[in-house]
Amino acid sequence: MAKLKETPSQTAGPFVHIGTLPALAGLRGNATERQNILVGDGTLGRRIRIEGTIRDGAGELVKDAMVEIWQANANGQHGGNAFLGFGRAATDFETGQFAFETIKPGPTLFHDGRQQAPHIAFTIFARGINVHLQTRMYFPDEAAANAADPVLQLVALPELTATLIAAKEADGDVPIYRFEIRLQGEGETVFFDF
Amino acid sequence: MSEPIRFARRDRRWHPAADSPGYKSTTYRAPRRALLQLPQSVGELTGPVFGHAKLDPLDNDLIRNYATEGEAVGERIIVHGKVLDEDGRPVPGALIEIWQANAGGKYRHVNDKYRAALDPNFGGCGRVISDAEGAYSFRTIRPGPYPFPNGNCDWRPAHIHLSIFGSAFVQRLVTQIYFEGDPLIPLCPIVNTIRDPRAVASLIAKLDMTEMRPFDSLAYRFDVVLRGRDATTFESGAR
Repeated sequence: MAKLKETPSQTAGPFVHIGTLPALAGLRGNATERQNILVGDGTLGRRIRIEGTIRDGAGELVKDAMVEIWQANANGQHGGNAFLGFGRAATDFETGQFAFETIKPGPTLFHDGRQQAPHIAFTIFARGINVHLQTRMYFPDEAAANAADPVLQLVALPELTATLIAAKEADGDVPIYRFEIRLQGEGETVFFDF
Repeated sequence: MSEPIRFARRDRRWHPAADSPGYKSTTYRAPRRALLQLPQSVGELTGPVFGHAKLDPLDNDLIRNYATEGEAVGERIIVHGKVLDEDGRPVPGALIEIWQANAGGKYRHVNDKYRAALDPNFGGCGRVISDAEGAYSFRTIRPGPYPFPNGNCDWRPAHIHLSIFGSAFVQRLVTQIYFEGDPLIPLCPIVNTIRDPRAVASLIAKLDMTEMRPFDSLAYRFDVVLRGRDATTFESGAR
């Protein structure tokens, strides 16, 4: 069969919010607002909050990015009716912070059937990023599961796996995890190609 | 349970490089380390499903979906085509999100400081979901070119941003489409992050007089191609 070539990517640019988070861009609100809150009253699982920033190679905060997350539900299943598992947030135009309210996902299977530690897929779109960047956030309170995780094992080097593991900032009813993403340079986050 | 479809690898030479010296914003935003290649597992082979129920009937009509009095100003166009995969299979149910500047090259965004005027009847945001044959269509105005700081002053050709969700997260794509005949295309540092001229050509929508609406709108055709199946993964195993 004659193969077509994939449409090439272009940067999402600084005004990505118009199409993806329109209320934030200053457009009238619609159903896509509050996309960073993945949980509702009936959502099963341990509620968590994720906060973080994105820094560039000069150490500056990236304040015009759009971040998407995609995750399993508490039972390790993706895309169920009760829990979509997809969220979006902008890095704040002033502070550079992003935040999500979600649940801690269950473990999922690697392609070969081995178990993967609980994690959340992150995708980053911004001016100056020509093809969206993909990474994963793992949990600091899953030491045994992380040690057995096939992806973290492929990343291997402790200074690199450290870029993928969030820090627990607060406990309580809704624990807060901090996930700091570094696009370039010292502490550069590990990015994936699937 | 049947084995999920796996997807062919992304041809990274066809896509723009992360670090593109002509496009200054990449200087500090391009990772230095190579991407780590991973096999596709369930999280990559699934993706959010957005139903038609969530869309408003005017979501794919940018001429009217923000208008309070009359309609948006500008050259009225229809953009239509198909969402296909690399094997030519239609991709139904693909969500396409659209954003663009108005006819004067100004975005309705708190951070756009360009001097051109806003159009009170134009928001520049739309959505459409491909049908059972992969077809999509939206109506808008042709956006204007605009300047942007890139060392000095460079100009963007007229373009529309598209964000596409296929059936799996690995098919996720954000791109920009350009218009046939625009002399700014070869001058644009963002277009020129793509090295292969055939890849640039594949981002240019073609004037399509067969779909123009008499005394109403011109039409442009643009087919979106998402990643296709990996023909070699009938057996399991790491790739």
